[in-house]
Amino acid sequence: MDLSAINPLLFVAGFLVAATPLIFAAIGELVVEKSGVLNLGVEGMMITGAICGFATAVETGSPLLGFAAAAVGGAVLSLLFAFLTQVALANQVASGLSLTLFGLGLSALIGQSYVGIKPPRLGDIDFGPLADIPVIGPILFTHDIILYLGIALVAGVWAVLKFTRAGLILRAVGESHDAAHALGYKVKRIRTAAILFGGACAGLGGAYISLIRVPQWTEGMTAGIGWIALALVVFASWKPWRALLGAYLFGGITQLQLNLQGAGVAIPVEYLAMSPYIITIIVLVVLSADKSAAPASLGRTFHASN
Amino acid sequence: MIRLEKRPQPSRALSLSTPIMAVLATFIFGGLLFAVLGKDPVEALQTIFWQPLFGEYAFYYRPQLLIKGAPLVLIAIGLSLGFKAGIWNIGAEGQYIMGAIFGAAVGLAFYPAEGWYIFPLMVLAGALGGWAWAMIPALLKVRFGTNEILVSLMLVYVAEQFLASMSLGLLKNPEGYGFPGSRNLQQYASAHNAELFAGSGMHWGVVAALIAVIFAYVLLTKHRLGFAIRVTGEAPRAARFSGVNPARLVLFCLGTSGLLAGLAGMFEVSGPSGQITIDFNVGYGFTAIIVAFLGRLHPIGILLAGGLMALTYIGGDIAQSNLGLPAAAIQVFQGMLLFFLLALDVFTHYRLRFGAAEAA
Repeated sequence: MDLSAINPLLFVAGFLVAATPLIFAAIGELVVEKSGVLNLGVEGMMITGAICGFATAVETGSPLLGFAAAAVGGAVLSLLFAFLTQVALANQVASGLSLTLFGLGLSALIGQSYVGIKPPRLGDIDFGPLADIPVIGPILFTHDIILYLGIALVAGVWAVLKFTRAGLILRAVGESHDAAHALGYKVKRIRTAAILFGGACAGLGGAYISLIRVPQWTEGMTAGIGWIALALVVFASWKPWRALLGAYLFGGITQLQLNLQGAGVAIPVEYLAMSPYIITIIVLVVLSADKSAAPASLGRTFHASN
Repeated sequence: MIRLEKRPQPSRALSLSTPIMAVLATFIFGGLLFAVLGKDPVEALQTIFWQPLFGEYAFYYRPQLLIKGAPLVLIAIGLSLGFKAGIWNIGAEGQYIMGAIFGAAVGLAFYPAEGWYIFPLMVLAGALGGWAWAMIPALLKVRFGTNEILVSLMLVYVAEQFLASMSLGLLKNPEGYGFPGSRNLQQYASAHNAELFAGSGMHWGVVAALIAVIFAYVLLTKHRLGFAIRVTGEAPRAARFSGVNPARLVLFCLGTSGLLAGLAGMFEVSGPSGQITIDFNVGYGFTAIIVAFLGRLHPIGILLAGGLMALTYIGGDIAQSNLGLPAAAIQVFQGMLLFFLLALDVFTHYRLRFGAAEAA
């Protein structure tokens, strides 16, 4: 075992990249859950975004168009969930599961002809001399625009939820849909908008995996990241900045276990690969005692005549 | 303006007919999907649903129906108990894997001894493996209030890694020339879950699935525990007042579904599949979720839904080799089925009203 083989600078830069898909998926789901809807289809929307983004980037040669397509793909799939839960008033748990199963199949179907292809690369932003600062430069200033967009998105969601009227209405709908309805807010429309936002974010997160982190297409490549994102929202007690922190924590763990695999640690590869999932469970256990932060209407179906 | 009005009682007729309508809708949209993929939709549907049952080679495919259907029914029966009570075990895939590993490990531990007691011990070990794996989310939920959906799902990924580790390490066939995978249990008479009648597809897993159906039916209709499950799902507060212990119910529902999923894995590894390999699991644990819902969480319904879903697997294989239909198309097809079922289910609980709009 040779731990000195792990370059700390590359490690930190790497875990920022590993955390980004989680940031997108978790912040999207956070908004959805704040509106009182539990969408368990994150994994399905991510993988759909991953292939939509990948296919578009390969066909057009533009990674940015790929990301746009991924957001659209995720949002379109989430529209199915919105239809099931808001129009057909179906159970949210079952609908989310159906979305994940459907998304996994659909992405495999679209992705058949894209196996083994290299996507066009999205270049890093040129920060000029900033990138040459020792230590901080390579860690903070050698990334692509989407990574920074993820952090900006967290700040944006935080500001909207905390300071704007729209954020207040969204939270009201999530805390008590009956009261919000009585005040004249269109509960279903607001929730549908939140679901679409969540879908677009999950799609972006998926595309970040297939276009930047890996970058190639393999079936089922999201490998549970969508589910970890769901756990992250609980971990974050529905607070945006804590979701960011959680994503970095998990990104760090993922990166560390990959680096340990590379460094030839005496622990078998399979046990290292288990670790992010086991740590997710442990974190859930530690934090599940306090449920007071959860939106009060989370997971409940709204129907005006009830 | 069309709006929905809640029915005072869910419609029984619609509750029974929505699965059929969902299947029909899936035929139509699935056919469209096949057409988009450049296949003749009628031919594709006929290949998937007709050929395995009544086609030229039906004598070969019919036994497959039992082989593929048994694990689906076995797992779905267990899941349905929890789903009825609002306890969501979606990690059956992991419990299935653990059951297979435990069962196979016990069998391989006796190799090459022969004895009547080996197979029953394997059955016990398989059940124990699945049960223990499901007990992790159950105990965490009861003790710490941890979300069982996320924990049971995370454990699927853990189980998959464990499976890889076992088939490359501890359980690897020492005479396998270095290839990953265990000894083939089909060649070890005492551990082989052989067909009970040659060529029928009927193995002990099918028997277990049928027993599970009867057990669930009796439990839900005749037993106090079944009543507790139904009340908890429909009115959790009323259930608590009537003396239902929620913690015990969580342990029972998750434990039973894990046990049945473990059995399914054990019968699969000792029979049709024969050995522990890295890609031993094929998603039965997830497809069983669709089976449970399609069967309306009712034991008899699940039996029928399991048969239908087994058909899509077998027919999908035929369509793949004969028509070049991609395997993923069948996965989409199965996902669509659940989607339509959930969408159409609205009419069971609500009726459409045409008239003045109300703000909603």
